[in-house]
Amino acid sequence: MNTDLNTSLYRRRKFVNTLGLSLSMFAMALGLFVLLWILFILFKNGFAGLSLTIFTQSTPAPGTPGGGLANAIVGSLMMIGVTALIATPIGIFAGVYLAEFGDDNKLASTTRFVTDIMLSAPSIVLGLFVYAIFVAQVKHFSGWAGSFALALIAIPVVLRTTENMLRLVPGNLREAAFALGAPHWKVTNYVTLRAARAGVMTGLLLALARISGETAPLLFTALNNQFFSTNMNAPMANLPVVIFQFAMSPYDNWVSLAWAGALLITLTVLVLNIIARVVFRERSSG
Amino acid sequence: MNNQASAAPLKNALEVRGLNFFYGKFQGLKNIDLDIAERHVTAFIGPSGCGKSTLLRALNRMYSLYPGQRAEGQVNFYGENILDPKQDLNMLRARIGMVFQKPTPFPMSIYDNVAFGVRLYENLNKADMDARVEWALTKAALWGEVKDKLNQSGLSLSGGQQQRLCIARSVAVKPSVILFDEPTSALDPISTAKVEDLLHELKSDYTVAIVTHNMQQAARVSDFTAFMYLGELVEFGQTDKIFVKPKRKETEDYITGRFG
Amino acid sequence: MGTPPTTSGMLDPRMMAVVKKQRIQDFLFHKVTMLFAILVLVALAAIMISLMFSAWPAFKKFGISFIWTEEWDIINEDFGAAIAIYGTLVSSVIALLIAVPLAFGIALFLTEMCPTWLRRPLGTAIELLAAVPSIIYGMFGLFIFAPLFAEYGQPALQSTLGQMPLIGPLFGGAMNGIGLLAAGIILAFMVLPFIAAVMRDVFEIVPPILRESAYGLGCTTWEVVRYIVLPYTQKGVVGGIMLGLGRALGETMAVTFVIGNSQRISESLFAPGTSIASTLANEFGEADDFHLATLFALGFLLFVITFVVLAFAKIMILRTERAQGAKT
Repeated sequence: MNTDLNTSLYRRRKFVNTLGLSLSMFAMALGLFVLLWILFILFKNGFAGLSLTIFTQSTPAPGTPGGGLANAIVGSLMMIGVTALIATPIGIFAGVYLAEFGDDNKLASTTRFVTDIMLSAPSIVLGLFVYAIFVAQVKHFSGWAGSFALALIAIPVVLRTTENMLRLVPGNLREAAFALGAPHWKVTNYVTLRAARAGVMTGLLLALARISGETAPLLFTALNNQFFSTNMNAPMANLPVVIFQFAMSPYDNWVSLAWAGALLITLTVLVLNIIARVVFRERSSG
Repeated sequence: MNNQASAAPLKNALEVRGLNFFYGKFQGLKNIDLDIAERHVTAFIGPSGCGKSTLLRALNRMYSLYPGQRAEGQVNFYGENILDPKQDLNMLRARIGMVFQKPTPFPMSIYDNVAFGVRLYENLNKADMDARVEWALTKAALWGEVKDKLNQSGLSLSGGQQQRLCIARSVAVKPSVILFDEPTSALDPISTAKVEDLLHELKSDYTVAIVTHNMQQAARVSDFTAFMYLGELVEFGQTDKIFVKPKRKETEDYITGRFG
Repeated sequence: MGTPPTTSGMLDPRMMAVVKKQRIQDFLFHKVTMLFAILVLVALAAIMISLMFSAWPAFKKFGISFIWTEEWDIINEDFGAAIAIYGTLVSSVIALLIAVPLAFGIALFLTEMCPTWLRRPLGTAIELLAAVPSIIYGMFGLFIFAPLFAEYGQPALQSTLGQMPLIGPLFGGAMNGIGLLAAGIILAFMVLPFIAAVMRDVFEIVPPILRESAYGLGCTTWEVVRYIVLPYTQKGVVGGIMLGLGRALGETMAVTFVIGNSQRISESLFAPGTSIASTLANEFGEADDFHLATLFALGFLLFVITFVVLAFAKIMILRTERAQGAKT
């Protein structure tokens, strides 16, 4: 029995294994490192630029010192609010359709396919679309157009989550409601949707988190507004576009405001994500 | 223990005639002929896959929720064929209730759970609804345990209590028939005993059909027993006769534990 | 409380009235929800149609050769998509070349090596990386990464790979920390979490029995993943990669900050260039009618490319899940 060959083959296999596993661990470490680095820089520069005036003053004109992000914060909040109002019913209703009527159904499988593609579609193209059919027609930019574009991004998220969560509700529960003679809409509304409500809410929160950071679609729809305004029918200030304009500018206070704005957005996104997970975990075990 | 059949001829709540059932291309039930007597307990027994649950679920057309499942033949509910395509399913299920194997309390309060079915078809004022809820919970032997926490979620009850809540929910709408699909297989022995006592109580007012894989339970609880095997009805008759002196060999083999 | 009726009770007029109302309600329920689902399909069709419509003047003037023409003369209104397409493709390919192996490593770690208690927090950390908005990546790229890359990364690359025969020129020229390579690197970390998440999800679907049989034969962990897990999940892995590609192609903010925004194709990856999304972001503000139509043409092309890639990805992932009996 030639044990020498076996040992050297085994040693080589072991080496390959150790190499592969070490590289994998390195990859994980690298990913974590980048995440932590980005968050660290963000917090460092963001907090440096953060002050009470961020929330009280509006964006400064080019070259003027100081200023804040009040108009951008309010504008973003308003647009996100409107988007939530549009996207929630559409996403939930369509998700209900896919979950309740969507087995063995050509329309449903096509909708599902399209929704998954829209989930990853370039958001800048969605902004172009809203520009073409809305902004160009009424000949001015507006907060409404911005919300419309954001809704196109949010609806697929809400839709897919709603459908998935409804499908997770055990079949027995629905059958029990049908077994009492309840009509389909009551079974869905009072039993199935209620049982899935934690998950559906998670979908909403995740959709909101996603759109809080979206810049590209707003470039062609809401544009930006240097002054404080709550008029949704005109160009609307918003954090992402302000950051985009300020970050690449030569003015120090603009750059510092950009970091502060970036920090605000990231905190919002992270908090929404964490709440979504906590809500889901808590409710689903209840 | 078991009621002897009365001398007067029994009225049938449900009459199954020539029932064939298909899951896609697979035939789950073959030419079933069966009577379910009013205000008695009829048990369906047999090994796994024999079709007993399929038969039960045909009686309230639960299978209609799923495309690809279909039934042929007749099931007469007090003379009306419920397999007729024109049959309104919601109405049917309000008259023929079902309790499932796993307890399925709705995500709402205990009170609302019981009231849910009632609110579908009846317009009761608060006092009447309160009375009905109390009545149903009493019938399910649960009132004493929950009367002080009617507003708590149905999910906060133990497994056995949840199942009795589901029974109360079915009873509250006053159906003519209640179907039980292995109602105690997910419960501990004490809760099982309580539910079996309930079945005894219920039959004075309701027609009961129960699927069980536990032969002793069938012997304890039912007046009539149907033994099924591979989608066919092998033998049907009074429970004490089936268990003491079965006519068919397959029945005897099953009862004596030679298979299944 | 009175005994239940011993008739079917189904002919009761009050009951029949309720049932009739329910039938109408359920009919509306079906139609209304269906309407909203159709709305989604209508939106997709509307996007394609309106983009085509707005881009038509450009397509009419340049024809199909628009796609490969290397020209971007705003003043003389002579445009070609080649520069932008080149930038989009190159930055995305670079991103994938970096992200795919890293994602594979992360997925392997999470499914084979990670202690169970650490799995969820680390998995969450990766998902948080995906949640960070792309504009943050862009800012990080411009302010932190670019200077470091110019000072350490690019000289290192130029003195090693830049001296080799064929690929040398790719790393030549001025080193200011931005350009196609920089954009590709930033993009890599943007899409890394998505690809890693899909890979981890499909790795987890592999039945434990398969893995255990391989271990039982004496395979090392690496061999189990390479010879058992990877072939079993290959369609899903490809799907995940395509998903990352789809995102990379359409990414705007992470790229615009560091790609340099210059309308030309250069030999070196260190030189500035542009992508379709960056062109749109930068030039939209001051574009007049015909220029605008050209931008729409670029947008249309981008949408078509990403649509095809994502559709392919989706089909691949569906096939894996179906083969393994998991739900979509």
